[in-house]
Amino acid sequence: MRITSKGIVNRDQEVTFLFDSKPYKGFAGDTVASALLANDVNLVGRSFKYHRPRGILGIGSEEPNALISVHKRGKIEPNVRATTQEIYEGLIVTSQNSWPSLKFDALAINDIIAPFFSAGFYYKTFMWPPRFWEALYEPIIRHAAGLGKLDSEPDVDNYDQNFAFCDLLIIGGGPSGLFSALLAGRAGLDVILVDENPKFGGRLLFENTIIDGNHCLDWIQSCLGELKSLKNVRLLSRATVFGIYDQGTFGVLERISRHTHDSESDTVLDCFWRIVASRSILASGAIERHIAFGNNDRPGIMMASAVRGYLNHYGVAAGTSISIFGNNDDAFNTAYDLNSAGVEIAAYIDSRSYADIQGDFPIFRGAEVYDTGGRLGLEHICIRDEKGEHKIQTDCLGMSGGWNPSIHLSCHTNAKPEWRNEIAAFTPKGQSVSGLLVVGSANGHFTTSDCFKSVCEAVNELLKSKGRKIKHKSYPIASDLEYNISPLWAVEGNKRAWLDFQNDVTTKDIKQSVDENFRSVEHMKRYTTQGMATDQGKGSNVIAIALLADASGETIENTGTTTFRPPYTPIPIAAIGSSGRNKGFAPERLATTHAASIKLAAPMIEAGLWYRPSFYPKIGEDNWLQSCNREVVNVRQSVGICDVSTLGKIEFHGKDAAKFLDFVYTNSFSSLAVGRVRYGLMLREDGFIMDDGTSARIAENSYLMTTTTAAAGSVMRHLDFIHQAYCPKLHVRFASVTEQWAQFSVSGPKSPDIISSIVDEPFNETDWPFMACGEVKVMGIKTRLFRISFSGELGYELAIPSRFGGSLFDLLKLEAEQRGGGVYGMEAMNVLRLEKGFITHAEIDGRATAYDVGMQKMLSEKKDFIGNKMAQRPGLLDPNRERLVGLKSTGPQSSLSAGSLLFNNDDEPLADNSQGHISSVAFSPIENCYIGLAFVKRGPERSGEKIKAVNFLTNTELNCEICPLPFYDPDGKKIRA
Amino acid sequence: MRIICPNCGERDIREFYYRGSENDLDRPKLEDSLSNWHSFLHLRDNAAGEVRDLWYHEKGCNSWLIVTRNTITHDVIRTELVNSEDEGLA
Repeated sequence: MRITSKGIVNRDQEVTFLFDSKPYKGFAGDTVASALLANDVNLVGRSFKYHRPRGILGIGSEEPNALISVHKRGKIEPNVRATTQEIYEGLIVTSQNSWPSLKFDALAINDIIAPFFSAGFYYKTFMWPPRFWEALYEPIIRHAAGLGKLDSEPDVDNYDQNFAFCDLLIIGGGPSGLFSALLAGRAGLDVILVDENPKFGGRLLFENTIIDGNHCLDWIQSCLGELKSLKNVRLLSRATVFGIYDQGTFGVLERISRHTHDSESDTVLDCFWRIVASRSILASGAIERHIAFGNNDRPGIMMASAVRGYLNHYGVAAGTSISIFGNNDDAFNTAYDLNSAGVEIAAYIDSRSYADIQGDFPIFRGAEVYDTGGRLGLEHICIRDEKGEHKIQTDCLGMSGGWNPSIHLSCHTNAKPEWRNEIAAFTPKGQSVSGLLVVGSANGHFTTSDCFKSVCEAVNELLKSKGRKIKHKSYPIASDLEYNISPLWAVEGNKRAWLDFQNDVTTKDIKQSVDENFRSVEHMKRYTTQGMATDQGKGSNVIAIALLADASGETIENTGTTTFRPPYTPIPIAAIGSSGRNKGFAPERLATTHAASIKLAAPMIEAGLWYRPSFYPKIGEDNWLQSCNREVVNVRQSVGICDVSTLGKIEFHGKDAAKFLDFVYTNSFSSLAVGRVRYGLMLREDGFIMDDGTSARIAENSYLMTTTTAAAGSVMRHLDFIHQAYCPKLHVRFASVTEQWAQFSVSGPKSPDIISSIVDEPFNETDWPFMACGEVKVMGIKTRLFRISFSGELGYELAIPSRFGGSLFDLLKLEAEQRGGGVYGMEAMNVLRLEKGFITHAEIDGRATAYDVGMQKMLSEKKDFIGNKMAQRPGLLDPNRERLVGLKSTGPQSSLSAGSLLFNNDDEPLADNSQGHISSVAFSPIENCYIGLAFVKRGPERSGEKIKAVNFLTNTELNCEICPLPFYDPDGKKIRA
Repeated sequence: MRIICPNCGERDIREFYYRGSENDLDRPKLEDSLSNWHSFLHLRDNAAGEVRDLWYHEKGCNSWLIVTRNTITHDVIRTELVNSEDEGLA
């Protein structure tokens, strides 16, 4: 019910929204909760376990009860708190966990058989027979229990992220946060003030407090006016600081457009901030806690402070005849404000017999509410005092069990809070988080004046630590009274009394937990699920701790709290991963020929971050294998062109460059002549192969190393480490030039014709013997020419500055096609190298040694090098090791698969019998069958032996023959031609 | 986590690659026993408190660093260059 004289919602702007398909009207500035209450709706959902009718309990982000699903742009967002969802024209929300309807829920039967559902019920009941759990019990329980349903469609929304740095981060924009920002801002600090609500003001937005003679709303306005005028103060609203991390790092979620009807598909929903601040002030305020009494979960039973807030801020009376039940002086403010607004007060019940309260409404001192009635909403309450028991008709009950400081963030880096008896609450203890000061009610200051005073002290301390001489002495004086409380956790009675509304945990569950010896607060939490719902027990945990202490005969102090962990409120993972979705997950590295390959319809495959063409299809070819075979035959018979720019290229300069390469490679590079290239093998320090590639001596003191595509980064890291850690005095400098040079393989018997045709000066083939390198010019451009080959054919590689890469590729392609050849991709490259027995990282997978791949002779005995010592370990030289061999399938056209395990023909395919595995396979058009590289025990000794390959994924067995390597051109006549 | 790189200043952890204990700096000599080499490669303390680890400013200056860090408080205490005596190409 709307009260005309109250509230600050915009009554000129009416807003219509749908709740469970029915239209409701509210005003701009309303939340779903305030608008529903204004329409006299308080039944908004069903509870998790018992399917009890549930209404709105609170007024902020701590709300455990009023969870709804928001439907936006075809997406359903479950478990949104009705108390924080702002309404906008066309907003669609639905209730949760009820079927067929909210008013008649079939599973409310659970409530009747509730005695069976107490803590530990599932653990005890559904144990036997074990196989029934997955097939029967779990699906049924999952169907019955739960809150909103997760949308299973891909998330269509956009999220963003941002970074910020400041001198001082202030968390919470209530009276303490605003005043902190004001003092620190005036002193010139670079300040960011963050508040989770749409408006700054915190609790003052819900109150009628007088500050320095003015209404608190005016004080907020003048404060904000000044803050906005300060260039060194940044204000961030609708943003929750959800976690504190090491070194003054704060996780913040800013809700950008959840409160708007956005039709633009590129609107950002949330923004995830990382804010870094060496100093911070926690002004997160306090949250009112309820009291556990019989049937305290009916719709209409709310927090007293929420009833007051809905009245003062939204101009909504939460009922027509409201009663209040409290144990502290603050509860009276609710009665006072309601009474002043002309709302009928059915009863004021204070558990303290000494309470000094006056009012023209029924007041019960030393009294308690022990039960309530009403089917879908509160109709009456039952109270008892010294005169006996009374039944009072009322449709709304505001309850107040005192206030819990919002200390969560102060505990995120492991600090434990301390219990303070005089306010019956936990507050942060000492320096809970490095650089953090806790002020206001978050630190247990429960009057506004005290809050301001604590801010003064904190900011003075902070300015002093920064060497500022400013000292603030005066602070505003507010009208609110001293806070007096006498703890009341639970009212005696035989009816169920709720603690955790969202997880349906009652006082009986705590007692049962203790009875069954789950006495530690952490055990109790897990046994009962207390505080494990989306609200994380913000209102209920302290009551549960007090009851646990009582039941186990301990003090609250010794019982302690459970561990506070981020996030403070639920946050979408999508926001944290915002930049990492789809293409944002990893950068794309594109070769200079990328566009040309795409134009030729080559399917691109990933190689590390690079994209490389797998094959170049031709009209008339039905599948990749036909294209691949053609490209292989091209290379073997005429000529093929392939972009090999993605290989890592590192250039070394300096008089000790040779010495350095001798140390990082197993073989010698100081003995390499200028103008020559050598294959090099690089080990890790543990003696296993790290990488391989060729290095060219391009001048006396200059080398060019190539690495495999995917290992380029780790090799660079490795080289930098060796240089800086083991030989910093060597005069050598090196840098990656991978992106500076585009490089092409020109392979095949006709390759010399192409080179001859494109270089500027006359080309004499005999000047460029196998493994020669040097400089040539192509159309006037300095180009590096290497007589190296990864295909096994006579071949060259040409390296040209990247900006000419695309042009050179086009030229080479044309030249090759004129000679009956063409371009080739990764598939063909793989076949060519397999036929030649060349290894890649499929073979040197981190488990292979030089001995395993038949390169033991490359380990120089004349010098030290990385991996030297450990490569000599006897176990690594054991002939029984699985060592590299060739493999041929002997069946008709049967395709081998990499990863298959190998077994002797007579052996069972069991792990113990494994003879090795296949590392790479390809169809060889030359051999006209599938071939592969494999690691086989004593492999090199077993040429000609028959062996079977078992693929356990497809459950297939193939007959193979072990072959010597290479398959193609064993004498190297072609490659050296 | 942020590390103060002696060359680049305070930078986010995502710019750095973590290697492990500074043990890796004490490479034994070739003639040392296999057991020395084994300790060098495989045996590490698991200290609660201050540790000195190797980090690589991979997305920065490519320097290898020794970062002193407290595994209990998570404080990043000190950063030094592995190669503090690099004289460069004079």
